[in-house]
Amino acid sequence: MDQNLSDRIRNDIKANEVVLYMKGTPIFPQCGFSAAVVQLLTQLGVKFKGVDVLADPAIRQGIKEFSNWPTIPQLYVKGEFVGGCDIVREMFQSGELQELLQSRGVNVKVS
Amino acid sequence: MAVADIIRRKLSAALSPLRLDIVDDSHRHAGHSGARAGGETHFTVEIVAAAFAGKSRVERQRMVYAALADELRVQVHALALATFTPDEDRARRQRD
Repeated sequence: MDQNLSDRIRNDIKANEVVLYMKGTPIFPQCGFSAAVVQLLTQLGVKFKGVDVLADPAIRQGIKEFSNWPTIPQLYVKGEFVGGCDIVREMFQSGELQELLQSRGVNVKVS
Repeated sequence: MAVADIIRRKLSAALSPLRLDIVDDSHRHAGHSGARAGGETHFTVEIVAAAFAGKSRVERQRMVYAALADELRVQVHALALATFTPDEDRARRQRD
């Protein structure tokens, strides 16, 4: 994988506490799976950076190789790969997502 | 061969599942960017396999993705996954 591309991803997930690689933007998701993760993060009041892979074919392919994960969306917390839509949803339902975010020092709205 | 049959054959060989449910959801995504005429692009797969014991969620899904790498590259646009060990599956059913 191209060095510049992996550096760019590495910088993004380091500079932002929570990053979601997704199809579309947090305001206008272009895919139901991406929309589902945006909705969960929003519900938790988590500030995150959305990276629209549809706007950048190099990132779209690159993030799959970088994460060794063939699908979008992909969630990163403090530089660590958490998973895709199924995993994020399961972790949200069990409370593990909230725990993970809090343990990494990310502000979560407690309901 | 239908894509669902290929998925079944490959996952059976890779993971020896005790239970394997494959649902073709493609019709629900008709007209969406990843959908294709003829469907067979969107699937939901639920797998119960002893091979998942001691593995994280991410590791489990990577095992599934590895077995279906060719399909995910070309034909399969979306794969919703639920993975359970036999123990987890039993506990889950008792709760229901």
